[in-house]
Amino acid sequence: MPTKADDINGRKALGRGVSSSYGDFMAQAAISSTGHDLNVQTRAVVDGNEAAARIAHLASEVIAIYPITPASPMGELADDWSSKGRTNLWGAVPEVIEMQSEAGAAGTLHGAITRGALGTTFTSSQGLLLMLPNMFKIAGELTPTVIHVAARTVATHALSIFGDHSDVMAARTTGFAMLCASSVQEAADFAAIAHAATLDTRVPFLHFFDGFRTSHEIATIDVPSEQQLAALIDPASITAHRARGLDPDRPMLRGSAQNPDVFFQAREACNPFHASVPGVVQSKMDHLAELTGRRYNLVDYFGAPDADRVIVLMGSGAGAVRETVAALTSTGDRVGVAVVRLFRPFPTEAVLAALPPSTQTIVVLDRTKEPGAPFEPLHLDVLSALWHSPTESWADGRKPRVIGGRYGLSSKEFTPAMVKAVFDEASKDKPRNKFTVGIIDDVTHNSLTYDPAFTTDHARVRAVFFGLGADGTVGANKNTTKIVGHNTDLEVQAYFVYDSKKSGSMTISHVRFDPEPINSTYLIDRATFVGVHQWDFLERMDVLKVAAPGATVLINSPFPADEIWDRLTVEVQEMIIERDVQLHTIDAGAVAKAAGLQGRVNTVMQTCFFALSNVLPTAQAIEELKRAITLSYGKRGDVVVQRNIEAVDTTLAQLFPVPLGKTVTATKHRRPTLSGAAPDFVERVTARMLAGEGDLLPVSALPPDGTFPTGTSRYEKRTIATEIPIWEADLCIDCGKCAIVCPHAAIRMKVYDATELQVDGAQVLKTKSFRSREVPGMSLTVQVAPDDCTGCGLCVTACPAHDKSEVKRKSINLQPIGEHLEVERVAWDAFRALHEADQALWDPASVKTSQLREPLFEFSGACLGCGETPYIKLLTQLFGDHMLIANATGCSSIFGGNLPTTPYCTNDEGRGPAWSNSLFEDNAEFGLGIRLGVDAQQHSALGLLAKLSEGSPSHIDPALAAAIAAGVQDSGDTPIREQRERVEQLRAALRAIDDPSATQLLELCGTLVRKTVWIVGGDGWAYDIGAGGLDHVLGSGRNVNILVLDTEVYSNTGGQASKATPRGAVAKFASGGKGIAKKDLGLEAMSFGDVYVAQVALGSSDIQTVKALLEAEAWPGVSLVIAYSTCIAHGFDMRQSMTQQKLAVKSGHWPLYRYRPGEEEATKPFQLDSAAPSVPYAEFAGSEARFAMLRRSNPSRADELMTLAQADVAARWHYYEQLAAVERTAPTHIDVAIIADSDDES
Amino acid sequence: MSVDLSTNYLGLRLRSPIVASASPLTGDPAMWESIEQAGAGALVLPSLFEEQIERDAFAVDNVLDSGTEAFGESLSYFPELESYDTGPSRHLALVELARQRLSIPVIASLNGTSPGGWVKYARHLQEAGAQAIELNVYNVIVDPHRSGSDVERGYVELVEEVRAEVQVPLAVKLGPWFTSFGHLALALEAAGADGLVLFNRLYQPDIDLDTLDVRPRLQLSTSAEAQLPLHWIGILRGFMKCSLAGSTGVHEGADALKLLLAGADVAMTTSALLRHGPDRIATMLSWIEQWMVEREYVSIEQLKGSVSQRNVPDPEVYERANYYQVLQSFRSTR
Repeated sequence: MPTKADDINGRKALGRGVSSSYGDFMAQAAISSTGHDLNVQTRAVVDGNEAAARIAHLASEVIAIYPITPASPMGELADDWSSKGRTNLWGAVPEVIEMQSEAGAAGTLHGAITRGALGTTFTSSQGLLLMLPNMFKIAGELTPTVIHVAARTVATHALSIFGDHSDVMAARTTGFAMLCASSVQEAADFAAIAHAATLDTRVPFLHFFDGFRTSHEIATIDVPSEQQLAALIDPASITAHRARGLDPDRPMLRGSAQNPDVFFQAREACNPFHASVPGVVQSKMDHLAELTGRRYNLVDYFGAPDADRVIVLMGSGAGAVRETVAALTSTGDRVGVAVVRLFRPFPTEAVLAALPPSTQTIVVLDRTKEPGAPFEPLHLDVLSALWHSPTESWADGRKPRVIGGRYGLSSKEFTPAMVKAVFDEASKDKPRNKFTVGIIDDVTHNSLTYDPAFTTDHARVRAVFFGLGADGTVGANKNTTKIVGHNTDLEVQAYFVYDSKKSGSMTISHVRFDPEPINSTYLIDRATFVGVHQWDFLERMDVLKVAAPGATVLINSPFPADEIWDRLTVEVQEMIIERDVQLHTIDAGAVAKAAGLQGRVNTVMQTCFFALSNVLPTAQAIEELKRAITLSYGKRGDVVVQRNIEAVDTTLAQLFPVPLGKTVTATKHRRPTLSGAAPDFVERVTARMLAGEGDLLPVSALPPDGTFPTGTSRYEKRTIATEIPIWEADLCIDCGKCAIVCPHAAIRMKVYDATELQVDGAQVLKTKSFRSREVPGMSLTVQVAPDDCTGCGLCVTACPAHDKSEVKRKSINLQPIGEHLEVERVAWDAFRALHEADQALWDPASVKTSQLREPLFEFSGACLGCGETPYIKLLTQLFGDHMLIANATGCSSIFGGNLPTTPYCTNDEGRGPAWSNSLFEDNAEFGLGIRLGVDAQQHSALGLLAKLSEGSPSHIDPALAAAIAAGVQDSGDTPIREQRERVEQLRAALRAIDDPSATQLLELCGTLVRKTVWIVGGDGWAYDIGAGGLDHVLGSGRNVNILVLDTEVYSNTGGQASKATPRGAVAKFASGGKGIAKKDLGLEAMSFGDVYVAQVALGSSDIQTVKALLEAEAWPGVSLVIAYSTCIAHGFDMRQSMTQQKLAVKSGHWPLYRYRPGEEEATKPFQLDSAAPSVPYAEFAGSEARFAMLRRSNPSRADELMTLAQADVAARWHYYEQLAAVERTAPTHIDVAIIADSDDES
Repeated sequence: MSVDLSTNYLGLRLRSPIVASASPLTGDPAMWESIEQAGAGALVLPSLFEEQIERDAFAVDNVLDSGTEAFGESLSYFPELESYDTGPSRHLALVELARQRLSIPVIASLNGTSPGGWVKYARHLQEAGAQAIELNVYNVIVDPHRSGSDVERGYVELVEEVRAEVQVPLAVKLGPWFTSFGHLALALEAAGADGLVLFNRLYQPDIDLDTLDVRPRLQLSTSAEAQLPLHWIGILRGFMKCSLAGSTGVHEGADALKLLLAGADVAMTTSALLRHGPDRIATMLSWIEQWMVEREYVSIEQLKGSVSQRNVPDPEVYERANYYQVLQSFRSTR
């Protein structure tokens, strides 16, 4: 059991330990102070999430959280601080609890504040939507709280993790006050104001700022001190709040049900409270100004006092507008901007007061879209405000005209050039209304054109760095920003753009330094410094297009400086000459390697940046860099610090200027975005997105409903592997293990008639005879897709065949890609051209034969060594041509459906998985709905078929109709093929019939061929947020198959604990090691009795996995397959992904079993497929950092949890062994999908 | 009649000549009391491996950075913990604890990989309270371009460097594979070694016949292996003043006694304790005591080295001729 002092997730209990409430936040921050009353104000370099979370943690007693991008870091920080004992304003450690969903977090928050505690939560997007019911309640009950929101796009035609106001706008009817911060500084200040004002007004507050642009932007800010925050919060309001709390010592009832007689009146009773909000917020703002010198108003105006054109907006876009206004007014333009801080209750008077009387045109910019509304929300509110404004208060006695437009949806760039276009539009006699800016709308022609050359970006240093994901570039830039922020008077700003792929991805860091405050809330497009941290980028991306004339460019190159020019592409040489850039180079890989930092170039490149950029004197920069290295790496070990410092010390001697040519001498061009000919859509749309030109695509290029073609990943040749597997045909034993484990479908096997090798081009293929009793005489080729392989090496690990004379030579071996790329590219094309084997020739129920089937899921952007993708790939090999997939949001929806390219693809007949993602929380229900849709259509089709085959003469041959009706559920390649042929005959017949029923059946007859529905998602969905729906679907009896890709942690959002997280594992929200054992989802499902349940681990038993998937598919009711999925969040070398799965099974962590309710009556449906644990649990746990880290940080707790975990293993195995002996009759299974036959209807 | 089992080793007065040498057993505080109660003269803690510390640190570094800052939704995968304990602190804490809990001398063992590392960690071990330090200098020289004299020079310099930094007694634990072991032994003594431990036994690769994987494997020693240290101790005793410890193959009281007779100051045992438990020390001591009583020896000091090469009537038995004599004395049993 957990110890008394620790909670179940190993966090320190309330009140224990550390007294400091400043901690590392302040330790890193300290630099300057201002001399206002009450405080020592501290300058810090933080992002918006940290700025807000810091205040929220100080002002709360209970914090209920649930991870969602981009708000997750707020919850993670709060949890981290509480776990380290950091206290709130009142000396207590806030209780932080992770819930199963945002709905759960809101409910918990509601409960805590109903009791009278001070509570908060953090969320975004869909999470905020899940909180809405509780938000109405909380506001209706006038209970103070603050919800901090990193505003993010709500999923519509597509999910987007990026920022706009569509989520907060969906909450504007809840009764929450809404306060919008437009910068990192404001995120801190407005968090404080919100926490203070909610207590005074009793109206709950939604404090929001733009997701990513503000939540993830790093900037220098002045942090409100504890004393300042305490001064803002009225203790009497806290006392009153507590006094209203639910208490049996003074019992009361809240949450009654009311009838028509009183509800209405009671609803109006809250009016005075809401009415007080603007006044209270303004008074808190005034108080903050007294305390800090930073003055805010409900609506702040910036610009010409006599402006004739004023933009009204809120959020981070205000930065770009303010910067533009400053530039335009300096040249005499009469423009201004009114930044709305308090959005609800809408401060009508403040809006009117903020606008200069000279205003002639107001342009309201909304960062949201409300289809069907007359105008977007803020626009409507401003119109309403103006309605109440007396005409005479305006110059010339005429109210300004109001136009509005949309900008910045899903973090679309919003730049000064766009702002200028808006002001220009406002100058026109007949300006466009309801316009858009930032896109090219060639469908409804609403978009404004703008001149991209217009810029107001004046930051002294504007640096852009291109890095490879996880190569340390982003971390180094964050470090650089802090060094400059802490050691100079310069203002800093850093923003990071990430890729949509999880492996081989590119990161782009945008870093500004300037003596003046930086309002440039947009990306840098005229960089004074460009860092290219991987040589390869130069050959595939136009990385120099961001370089300003005369910029300094630093390239990490393996080549000597005097060879660089000749190795550049035509495009790069042209750009260097055109922009007159200064080029420098260093072989950062070699410097890092010499210092003992294999592959880690970040420190080297960071040193070069300081040497070349002159932000700080080089000697000082290097000293500070070393200090930062000690801070960053100190906990990891002296040797890590020393090696990094050695890298710093050896760098500058290896940094060289590159001699440049005066004219273009290169003949080599940039690598084409696409490989070979591609379909029209891919050429027109996908290729532009891949080239980083998606912003330039017009509206007409994109599907209006989010429907995209599949199979586009094959056109994106990323070539990210440094080594690729090369097949040795003479050693191969045809086992298929290399192919089944490949996470990216980059190793394939094909069996074909040897005559195919005589086709031109096929001779490049390596080949051998395929061992098969069923179909002798065929040839086999195992082939790598060299540009799609990630080089993870799982195939090599899995390969059991080796040379008898040289053990290291396996049948498949990793080789340097440079030595093989050209040959293997040709071979891959030839391999692709081979015919796919006839699936009907081999029973797929073996590893080998399953891998003879074409994967219809290929080349995803999943992590190297991903444990999830092999299962999905296998599913598509077994059932891909007749499957529909409902995919929960998470890793599998990201690598499955994140543009630009999609890995799901089709076979030669054009068939393949049809895939859709609804939400995170509803995937089981969504999949069930798909099943119901299929069944209903099938039922209709059968009815029509029966009708058309009746009578004499019948329209349809009764024998054909009977055969089709009998074959609707036939599974297996041959029966499905035969049914398809019958349905084709039916189609032909139907086309000749002039009858409405025939027309209907023609539309529906495709459904007469078996369709399988797979509901796929991770443990976050299945164990937590979607558990209720999953439970209901498990009990539905419907023919759906559920695949849970269990990584035992929220992988996609960065490693937060779920109910699948095992005891003893460290995860976010369980930093002290999870104290309770994971939920046994399989047992839950077995309780229904009629659910097929299997627990599988491909790396342990590939054949059991194949069997389980086939059995699940065959079972006519609900099937659940829980698949052990190794993940980067487990903390081991992912090349050992499959080996690690083996260890998990051997240790008893992951027993393999199948529960088969379809067995005959009174048999034993539960079968254990793995042997009794033979390896100590500690041996398995010790090999993964998620467990091993706890042993380092808290050995006694690790020992305690390991002992308990070992006991869990023993107890579970004992229970399973007993279960294996239990006879159980499955509940009688009926075909619940039959709605009613025609007789019943009559 | 009572006998004096005490001995002098590295300038330390030990109550008995049986020392529990570095093993998982001596690293387990739960076993310390038993080892002490069984009569061990001293305890050598498991080695602090510099290489292990480095690997740990980089493993943590790698895990914390792996996959981070690459994808907007998952900028990291692990919480930042307060400590990762990658340095020597846990090992040093073990040394401190051993000093607190044990009344017998605590000898720390060190296996370094860099000149700086040897010196730094030796200093740490001394500061943690180790009463002596055993430098476990074994490594496999796989570079065929490196000469034996170069390797030996490196060992000597290493001892000189550590000696210059630490004040507690230093022992050097070596393997036997040197062309002129005596020459090296004298050089190490001259460099400041207070004793030599002969010999270390380390992991050797083995082949798994199912998987054909090569894995390091440590087999516990047998008494027969005590002959090699006995041989060299018998030779060295005559011309070395520093302490000598016989290690390897000490399973029985007889094994230990023979080493002492050949000239060892202590006999170190590992395999026997792993196989039979700490009580084995008591058994061995009891046997030695009985042997001494029966033959009217009064102290260990009295018998130490009494059968060394210098003190036997036929010194050649310690030389190569011994090999021929054995062969000549062999009688076929068939």
